[in-house]
Amino acid sequence: MKHLLSTNDLSRAQAIRILDTAEQMAATQDREIRKLPTLRGKTIVNLFFEDSTRTRISFEAAAKRLSADVINFSAKGSSVSKGESLKDTALTLQAMGADAVVIRHWASGAAYRLAESGWMHGSVLNAGDGTHQHPTQALLDAFTMRKHLIGAQEGPGAHMQTPTGNDLTGLTVGLVGDVLHSRVARSNVSLLTTLGAKVVLVSPPTLVPVGIESWPVEVVHGLDEALDRFDIDALMMLRVQRERMSGGGSSFFPSAQEYTRLFGLDGDRMRRLPGHAIVMHPGPMNRGLEITAEAADSERSVIVEQVSNGVAVRMAALYLLLAGEEDAQ
Amino acid sequence: MTGTILSAPDISRALTRIAHEILERNGGADRLVLLGIPTRGLPLAHRLAERIAEVESSFDATARCGSLDITMYRDDLAKHPTRNIGATKLPTVGIDDAVVVLVDDVFHTGRTIRAALDAVKDEGRPQSVQLAVLVDRGHRELPIRADFVGKNIPTARSERVHVRLTETDGEDAVLLSDGGLRDGSTTGGTA
Repeated sequence: MKHLLSTNDLSRAQAIRILDTAEQMAATQDREIRKLPTLRGKTIVNLFFEDSTRTRISFEAAAKRLSADVINFSAKGSSVSKGESLKDTALTLQAMGADAVVIRHWASGAAYRLAESGWMHGSVLNAGDGTHQHPTQALLDAFTMRKHLIGAQEGPGAHMQTPTGNDLTGLTVGLVGDVLHSRVARSNVSLLTTLGAKVVLVSPPTLVPVGIESWPVEVVHGLDEALDRFDIDALMMLRVQRERMSGGGSSFFPSAQEYTRLFGLDGDRMRRLPGHAIVMHPGPMNRGLEITAEAADSERSVIVEQVSNGVAVRMAALYLLLAGEEDAQ
Repeated sequence: MTGTILSAPDISRALTRIAHEILERNGGADRLVLLGIPTRGLPLAHRLAERIAEVESSFDATARCGSLDITMYRDDLAKHPTRNIGATKLPTVGIDDAVVVLVDDVFHTGRTIRAALDAVKDEGRPQSVQLAVLVDRGHRELPIRADFVGKNIPTARSERVHVRLTETDGEDAVLLSDGGLRDGSTTGGTA
């Protein structure tokens, strides 16, 4: 693997390898000394054209735990705001000797452009491009599901078994919310399908992408219906982006209150999930809109754990892309 | 010289002797902890722990035996295709103030052990670290020596040492070849 651009590109074996590597990375994060010398001397650039706090600091923490040097480059206050093109930015990074570029961009396909153009030599990791893909988010979600749900179904104590080497066969995952604009949803649908899980999309008709019939998913238009029809093992609430809400002629649903009533996760709906089911959210949450405080802070919620798993998964991705011999990758 | 260097009984006798040497050197097994380096150091560490437990009844073979993966500490990562990372599982008693015995199959350049010493340093602060190996084939590239050796085998650099163990390969044997044999068992080329 040279780049990590989309979960569509990952084979089942490659995905499992990333998750297994993340397992070992996570184990090192429980120790007193969490830093590893593995990527000493490598330079990783965080190239962020779009605001993001948690993804950027997660990648930064992952790179630093592996002893790489990190350069943060955000479009605000940089030459990009003076009109520099992606190409010239890439050539600059190449000249500075970047071994990998972590790119977050508002345009779908920006990561592909950077990787395939030949402008720079290093590896490219997609940290979210437009409404297209966010592969490390999907990988950390799959990692979290595997940790909680695989091997756990056989009975008490079985969750102590290591999930290493396994995929997600047999799981049903519900993704609730704005699928149309969500790169998290797209990345998750292809990765979860590759890993053998069944995906149920729960979304207002206005927020379902055109061509959904060709996706390997079930689509329902209400959270109650989804809870009635499916035994959901993991329920992932997607963030409602404020700008998609009511107001003007561009709204996708009539009101925030109606969205909450039909698609929000509250305590009552959460208790209708099977006993072992987990509640997930990629963050940042709109408490009171797509998820209530009761659900977000409940014992089933693994939302905070998703953040720490994110560091382990990103360490794994950086290791697999950067540590080995360059020609043999 | 090629062919079988150690048979199954030879390996068994060598491990029994090493177990007794470890106990003699340390005056018992009080603070002893065994760390096997994957892949084949791990079953060897378990076998040594069992033998020590046979002599010292207070020694808990499972609680005092762990694995130490050194992949992320290697100095040659950039010279090979990406390696899979193995599991590090420290003994339940921890390694702080313990006498740690590193266990590996083939002792060659010393680079694996250098990496293992770095890994140990990040996991805790043992009172001392010792090294037990099944085969020492020479050709050291670093000032590192073994405390307990199953057998010294003079080799040429081009030759390959293959350690085969029941747990990983279905049989116990140490073979020497002139470099043609490639079956995935340890070659000692990077050990």
